[in-house]
Amino acid sequence: MDTHTLEGINTLMVMAVFIGICWWAYSASRRKDNDEAAHLPFDDEDIDRRTLHKTENKK
Amino acid sequence: MSTDTAHLTYNYKVVRQFAIMTVVWGIIGMSFGVLIASQLYWPAMDLNLPWTHFGRLRPVHTNLVIFAFGGSALFATSYYVVQRTCQARLFSDKLAAFTFWGWQAVAVSIIISFPLGYTTTKEYAELEWPIDILVAVVWIAYTLVFFGTIRKRATKHIYVANWFYGAFIIAILILYVINNLELPVYWMKSYSIYAGVTDAMVQWWWGHNAVGFLLTAGFLGMMYYFVPKQAERPVYSYRLSIVHFWALIATYVWAGAHHLEYSALPDWAQSAGMIMSLILLAPSWGGMINGMMTLSGAWHKLRTDPILRFLVVSLSFYGMSTFEGPMMAIKTVNALSHDTDWTIGHVHSGALGWVAMISIGAMYHLIPRLFGLREMFSTRLINVHFWLATIGTVLYITAMWVNGITQGLMWRAVNNDGTLTYSFVEAMQASKPGYLVRFIGGCIFLSGMLLMAFNVWMTVRQRKATALDNVPQTA
Repeated sequence: MDTHTLEGINTLMVMAVFIGICWWAYSASRRKDNDEAAHLPFDDEDIDRRTLHKTENKK
Repeated sequence: MSTDTAHLTYNYKVVRQFAIMTVVWGIIGMSFGVLIASQLYWPAMDLNLPWTHFGRLRPVHTNLVIFAFGGSALFATSYYVVQRTCQARLFSDKLAAFTFWGWQAVAVSIIISFPLGYTTTKEYAELEWPIDILVAVVWIAYTLVFFGTIRKRATKHIYVANWFYGAFIIAILILYVINNLELPVYWMKSYSIYAGVTDAMVQWWWGHNAVGFLLTAGFLGMMYYFVPKQAERPVYSYRLSIVHFWALIATYVWAGAHHLEYSALPDWAQSAGMIMSLILLAPSWGGMINGMMTLSGAWHKLRTDPILRFLVVSLSFYGMSTFEGPMMAIKTVNALSHDTDWTIGHVHSGALGWVAMISIGAMYHLIPRLFGLREMFSTRLINVHFWLATIGTVLYITAMWVNGITQGLMWRAVNNDGTLTYSFVEAMQASKPGYLVRFIGGCIFLSGMLLMAFNVWMTVRQRKATALDNVPQTA
């Protein structure tokens, strides 16, 4: 097997991985997890408030 | 989940420190930029001293804006975002404090060592070996703090911003160390362990990934938190963010060879670098589209919210410069643009338009919140800053486009008998007006940063005032 064949196999493998990632990310079973993850920036306001409250009290 | 976090607080101290230093280093780094821009128009500005020579001050400018300004912005936002989206306090407060003071020491050593003439001469890796060791130690501490916090997380998922920050931290650690493998000969003098074209290839493997991971992946992490937060809606497509993350990090590491087109690098490696750079357009635009589309249904907010305007315009500059970059990597285009001011224009459409503007937007969002305030001292001043930053950037990059294309065309013009049509000095003379416009653009951008410093100062002061106001009411 020469290097060109190896390069060809490599290209096909990387392509398969990429298609696999797309298929996985867009699969219906991921929908709930994706939505949960997308909401993470909005889920911790209480901890933020507590942190600031404690800092204020220390002053 | 709420029981785990019932008494949890975040470490905002280190975030505040890095956020303030982002503004400080931004002003210092960009002032050096304006100074060396003036030297290209008024050569006497180098004061005829070795310490203030263009060759010594240029790395001061580049290293300060990349590592001190960009680095501080990334430290501040990554520590903030990782805590808030993992609902966990930083892995270690002491280690986090060490990264702050260690990183400030690196920034100060940039200002001291380069003017004195200590340099390895490798671009964006000019720091000499003792400082390299400091950078590596701080970075290892950063890696521990960041990933330690992710391990402690109370949430099930790792938010996409943390994937980008994580990739940036790991890639920079690996590439910085490998590119800086060098043999110290004595204090502040070393030689690279690589020779010739291998050295060049390793250098640009690092060099382009300082752009790809530090200035892109890290700032995309920033984008994925602050754009949704400021627009008050989740990111447009989480699925797209997963796909473009893996595509981006898998492609960026291969693009560095485009810096060495028409050099001694083997032709196949140049072509590989060019092709990988072209492929990069897709994952780059994936991120831009995802950020922009997060605003769909909320476009009206742009009319009233200058912070959102900073974030969205930074994404347009990101889209523009990630289109320009692959185009410049095409060998026939590179034949014109190579070594001209076009490259500097391209870098600054990314550095001012994307990196600085998204950092400024993120800081305007972050700084009041870190001090328990709802907004900055003056929203009107943010708006003025927005226009100064936009006009400054546009003047800068158009001046460099004109200069770059002029230089490229003049350098390769040949007469019928094969001799060069223009001497080098003639191309220099043709570039002079562009250098003046660039200097003016830089001054305008810098004045916006000074306005920001004033606004931040007043905000922090206001916080003390409101804290006092609240005492009788709450007591």
